[in-house]
Amino acid sequence: MPDTSPFIRLPDAQRDSLCLSGDWTLANYAELRSLTAELPGDAVKQARIDLSGIAHIDTAGAQLICDMLGVDRLQQVLSGDTGLNRERQTLLARIATTCPRGPDPEQAGANPLIEMLERIGVSMGQHWAHVIELLGFIGLTLSGLFSSLFRPRSWRPTAIAVQIEQTGLNAVPIVALLTFMVGAVIAFLGATVLQTFGASIYTVDLVAFSFLREFGVLLTAILMAGRTASAFTAQIGSMKSNEEIDAIRALGLNPLELLVLPRVIALLITLPALTFIAMLSGLLGGAMVCAFTLDISPVMFINLLHDDVGVRHFLLGMAKAPVFAFLVAIIGCLEGFKVSGSAESVGEHTTSSVVQCIFVVILVDALAALFYMEMGW
Amino acid sequence: MVSTQSAKPIVEVRGLVNRFGKQTVHDNLDLDIMPREVLGVVGGSGTGKSVLLRSIVGLRRPNAGSVKVFGQDLQALSEEQRSLQERRFGVLFQSGALFSSLTVAENIALPLVEHIGLSRRDADHLARMKVLLAGLPAEAADKYPSMLSGGMVKRAALARALALDPDILFLDEPTAGLDPIGAAAFDQLIRTLCDALGLSVFLVTHDLDTLYAICDRVAVLSQKRVLIADTLERVAQTDDTWVQDYFHGPRGRAAAYQHPAAGE
Repeated sequence: MPDTSPFIRLPDAQRDSLCLSGDWTLANYAELRSLTAELPGDAVKQARIDLSGIAHIDTAGAQLICDMLGVDRLQQVLSGDTGLNRERQTLLARIATTCPRGPDPEQAGANPLIEMLERIGVSMGQHWAHVIELLGFIGLTLSGLFSSLFRPRSWRPTAIAVQIEQTGLNAVPIVALLTFMVGAVIAFLGATVLQTFGASIYTVDLVAFSFLREFGVLLTAILMAGRTASAFTAQIGSMKSNEEIDAIRALGLNPLELLVLPRVIALLITLPALTFIAMLSGLLGGAMVCAFTLDISPVMFINLLHDDVGVRHFLLGMAKAPVFAFLVAIIGCLEGFKVSGSAESVGEHTTSSVVQCIFVVILVDALAALFYMEMGW
Repeated sequence: MVSTQSAKPIVEVRGLVNRFGKQTVHDNLDLDIMPREVLGVVGGSGTGKSVLLRSIVGLRRPNAGSVKVFGQDLQALSEEQRSLQERRFGVLFQSGALFSSLTVAENIALPLVEHIGLSRRDADHLARMKVLLAGLPAEAADKYPSMLSGGMVKRAALARALALDPDILFLDEPTAGLDPIGAAAFDQLIRTLCDALGLSVFLVTHDLDTLYAICDRVAVLSQKRVLIADTLERVAQTDDTWVQDYFHGPRGRAAAYQHPAAGE
């Protein structure tokens, strides 16, 4: 079988039939498609069709033949003697029955501006619905928390302990390390900038105020958002896609009590604890930099801390920790319940939960900073 | 297979409407489940068999209509009372839905500890008995769901559904994915348990062999409601294209041949 045999031979002086030959398969799809598009329309209508030269044919090739001849003509050809074996006849007949009769449905050409406005509108609506849902879930959890508080039977100390270990204990090294480094970086910043004013001594104040009031709790919360919210979403999300949440409900148990409350309570305990560790670690990092680059000895560092920085700042920072803990846990769990069943959905909601947590944490932090400033604390 | 026509139904579904956005899945659906019967529920894809199961069990609030279980409308009850009634159901989900972080014994023991308040030891002991009841080997009780084969997962899930000795068992395609021997054994297990424990069984299935082997009545879901709910002989004779294709197509005839009328 020569490789160069053309796929379509038009009728001419020697033959009065349209001959198809060669491999009408997926491998040659692009070429075949352009050939069939170029065919003069009447060549198909008038000539006899000769299919016996076809070497290999698959569904792609069969569909092209169907497009080329049209369903009616193909069926007419198949009813006669085509010179094809039985399998190929069956294939072509099958394709003929499934070939769509009209052109592909037109994508309605849309005005891009209108479409963009529409998408903005839809997404605004979705964001609003989302906020309402979050507020509702917060309410549900708070009421569940308070009602379970007075029923010791419903407490789940094992689950809470497991979550404390996973979200708190296992996170200590990373929180300590990262905040140590950020503390050092802030001290470097202070050392560089304040030197021009001859006020390097105030680096201590810079590190202390920034860590105690803001960075201790903010960095911890963002770390928890990345580490813990995603874990909650993935855990609850995979349970949802495996129908385990339905099984919990079918057994007459409350998924809120079983899954959400232990996680919320655990995070309410561990995030403030980790914040404390973060503050210490950050101050340590700052102290180290001060000792090595600014010749501020650790003793002097502590004395300066003692004189300039009051406990007030520590309390203001710590006060934000339970709020962040609650929000991070809630958002993580809520996104888990929204997972719908495919692996893609789990990934999508995990990402969304981390992003939302970080956004909400920074937003609440900004509002708290404004509030503190107005109150003069 | 005892005639149960004279008894009062334990589940009465009346006027059930289920809608997803614009798509109506059930429109004014009525169904009864009698005591001590195995009711097979069949229907084409998308006719809402699983949705019906979930509506009865309480996992989905229907858009309209009522579901009365043991004479009481579940939606009208307080949460405490509803929880009490829901303990009389056992549900077997299509994929088993075992809790992946617990062993089989712990899965079965969970409702015993939570609802009945048994101590861990008692619950564990009972759970192991249920494991054997479901036809699993005793060693399976300490395995995690990920270590079990498909057939064993279904049996473990059945054991969990039976944990609280329910009155009604809801099975969502229990033989899907099982080999023919496993599927036949599972059918027999259901029948034996139904007779021995006096259960009613609501069985959603595509498996014709299951229908012929163990079902007392068959309900056909079609055109958004129950087309007919009657004995298999009468359903197979119904004058409806889909029903005829279902029961008298090549697989239907093969199944009927294997299970000559088992006497009704």
